[in-house]
Amino acid sequence: MQVLYGRHHVRVFRFGLRLVRDEQVAEDLISEVFLDVWRQAGKFEGRSAVSTWLLAITRFKALSALRRRKDLELEDEAAQAIEDTSDDPEVAATKKDTSAALRKCLGGLSREHREIVDLVYYHEKSVEEVAEIVGIPENTVKTRLFYARKKLAELLKAAGVERGWP
Amino acid sequence: MMALSKKMLEDEPSEVELLLPWHAAGRLNARDTRRVEDALASDPALARQYAVIQEEYAETIALNESLGAPSGNAMQKLFAAIDAEPERRPAVTAGWAARISGFFSELSPRTLAWSATVGAVIVVAQAAVIGTVLMKNPSGSFQTASLSMNEPVVRTLSGAAPPRALVRFAPDARVADITALLDKYQASIIGNANGGMFRLQFGDQAMSRDDLNSLVNKLSSEKIVNLAVPAS
Repeated sequence: MQVLYGRHHVRVFRFGLRLVRDEQVAEDLISEVFLDVWRQAGKFEGRSAVSTWLLAITRFKALSALRRRKDLELEDEAAQAIEDTSDDPEVAATKKDTSAALRKCLGGLSREHREIVDLVYYHEKSVEEVAEIVGIPENTVKTRLFYARKKLAELLKAAGVERGWP
Repeated sequence: MMALSKKMLEDEPSEVELLLPWHAAGRLNARDTRRVEDALASDPALARQYAVIQEEYAETIALNESLGAPSGNAMQKLFAAIDAEPERRPAVTAGWAARISGFFSELSPRTLAWSATVGAVIVVAQAAVIGTVLMKNPSGSFQTASLSMNEPVVRTLSGAAPPRALVRFAPDARVADITALLDKYQASIIGNANGGMFRLQFGDQAMSRDDLNSLVNKLSSEKIVNLAVPAS
């Protein structure tokens, strides 16, 4: 268990934190996820990578935590707020720094878009693995990431950053 | 209506366009990789979009890496919770132990006494045979090069440690694949080292350096093994 925890806890924490946006909740998630793994080790069938199994459990726990906190509505407001801040001095300053603007806008995506972007770009999961973790068809995985990227481009455009796509 | 449909079709991304993020992350199979590379070579607009994706890819990694790591409290909480868990069901080996103990408990005291006597006689006889062999052939000694430079180095395998290697498995290696590989090589994981390496031990018999090198080379060529090096 210590080996498994040592290998995966940081990535599990970061994935959970990006979903729940609260460090304390994300830390609680880790304990819950690995405790579930401890209890259900016998049910792991080895059809997928261990990291895929862990991320699927993390996602399920994070959504439960979000439901408990009733934060989903607040999250939409947060995304909306980013779109409306094109004249904000902070955003104006980031225009000079595409990199910082990009990170800020990645944080402004909806929960569904954030998770798919993270799963592919950071956790480097294949189409099939993302479909397994999120529980959606493979074609939906592909189109969801495409529209997440479009949304990201819109947020960047609103922040004054043009990248030549779309 | 026609104009709207045409606009929708124009907005619809192509299959190759949808695969670009996985190409950036290196998660496409050989066939799709070839398709995407061919399309990128012949379509400048797609190549521009791919450059944008590479930027997103790098920034997403940077953003996630900046999130840091959880505190030690999370681990303490987890292991405290595991300690508090009720005892798990006995394993299969414990089942065998119970069966064996059940078998002996059904024997009468007289039968048990006879069995113990016969067992003791066999142990004494075995000890006598082993002692005789050792007296005739004292093979536990060894000679080092520093003691006698003109004679070949003589080493016996008795008491030598079984062969070991440090192995890093591929990130997408499945537990079932690793288990199958361990079975195939009659290996067991005896610990982990830094950098995601595992310390493996092969069987319980010593092995020559050449044999170990050949074993490690064979292991390195396995699909789910990224790196294998001999270890002590």
